[in-house]
Amino acid sequence: MTVLMTAMSIVFCSAMIGAALVAIHARNGQSLPIAILAAGLVSLFASVLFLILAAPDVAMTEAAIGSGLTTFLFFFVLARIRASAQSGTSHSGGEYD
Amino acid sequence: MIKRFIALLFLAGIGTIFASLLFTYEPDTNLNLTARYYAEHTASDIGAANIVTAIIVTYRGLDTLGEVTVLFLASTIVGLVLALGRKSGSAQRVPVPVGELLTTGSLFLVPLIMLLGAYVFVNGHLTPGGGFQGGAILASGILLMLLVDPAKRFSHSLIATLESFSGLSYVALGVLGIFLAGGFLDNRILPTGALGSLVSAGAIPLIYTLIGLKVGAEFSSMLASLSETEEP
Amino acid sequence: MAYIAMATGFLLILIGFYGALTNRNLLRMIIAFTIADTGVNIVIVAIGYMHGRTAPILDSTVSAAEAVTRIIDPVPQALVLTAIVIGVGVTALMLTYAYKLYERKGTLDIAQHTELKW
Repeated sequence: MTVLMTAMSIVFCSAMIGAALVAIHARNGQSLPIAILAAGLVSLFASVLFLILAAPDVAMTEAAIGSGLTTFLFFFVLARIRASAQSGTSHSGGEYD
Repeated sequence: MIKRFIALLFLAGIGTIFASLLFTYEPDTNLNLTARYYAEHTASDIGAANIVTAIIVTYRGLDTLGEVTVLFLASTIVGLVLALGRKSGSAQRVPVPVGELLTTGSLFLVPLIMLLGAYVFVNGHLTPGGGFQGGAILASGILLMLLVDPAKRFSHSLIATLESFSGLSYVALGVLGIFLAGGFLDNRILPTGALGSLVSAGAIPLIYTLIGLKVGAEFSSMLASLSETEEP
Repeated sequence: MAYIAMATGFLLILIGFYGALTNRNLLRMIIAFTIADTGVNIVIVAIGYMHGRTAPILDSTVSAAEAVTRIIDPVPQALVLTAIVIGVGVTALMLTYAYKLYERKGTLDIAQHTELKW
């Protein structure tokens, strides 16, 4: 049981670090939505890790707030920025990415 | 390039501190004094099965009041800053039509999500979860309604009324604790009941329901004000 | 397990700081800050973990009498719960200001916003 839990936490931790690297890595044309989704994935794996660490309250909070609402806040702001870039009323360049 | 080098140097310094913290870390084998007090006295004093809930709502209830206030300020400032200097008469966006699947699915799912949110904050003193999680689930129901109909205008006055009503009742319950029980936000203004039953732990279910409604209203107003792209 | 989680938390803090220091796009900096935030929360919860103990919830398997020897420290969990909720408020504020900055200048590049530079 303990070995299984340890193996699971190693898997989730490496997945989290991978997702975090994807989220901050801005080179080779990676788009902003991918970064936002990767940050949401870090939060989702973190909530599973909290469950393994015997903290179910924190796991629920992280899953509902950190991974759900925060991702949508980012996407709403991204949509607003893209809308004002497309309408072209503000300025010439559309460098939102 | 020099900036990146300085950043890496800074990170190396912090990393050294973290590594020394990690390698000298000795996990505790026994609970420390504070945690021991909470573990021993929660069942008899508070009557809540979930000790984290007992800490958040009663032992550190004042902190939670401050936290809810910070959240209220954050959502207010988001709405205020977005409303400032908004240019009128800018291009109206034509909303992308949403699919039949999302419309029908949301009709089915939104009541269930609201029900789950209410369940989570009513059972906060027995099971994992509570006002903050339940409030976030309520807000995700609102989020689904926003996704189905982006042009929908949520009545800001309704959200504000709900928010201020629950906040006021929360403080009123806390002040009642001064007169009827041991102090501000004491939960023993109602009988604590049997450990593990739904109607137990004094005022904790009531307070957590109010916190859930307040947090849900605050998150909903945040989401609504960030998603509104057109003029109100 | 606590060591693995703590090492991951520290690594996530470092990754988040690196991203916030090297990216020039405001939204990417905010994403990096949320990652560092998650890392801090993981470290705090991992400090409260004790091997072989269970969650701080009293039920039929953990009675109130034996709670002292069976449950883990509940205080870090309560702290982290607060920190997550405040974190989303802070993130929303940062996103709002980033949007307002974009509205003024038409760019998210931090190097173009030079009003307070000296």
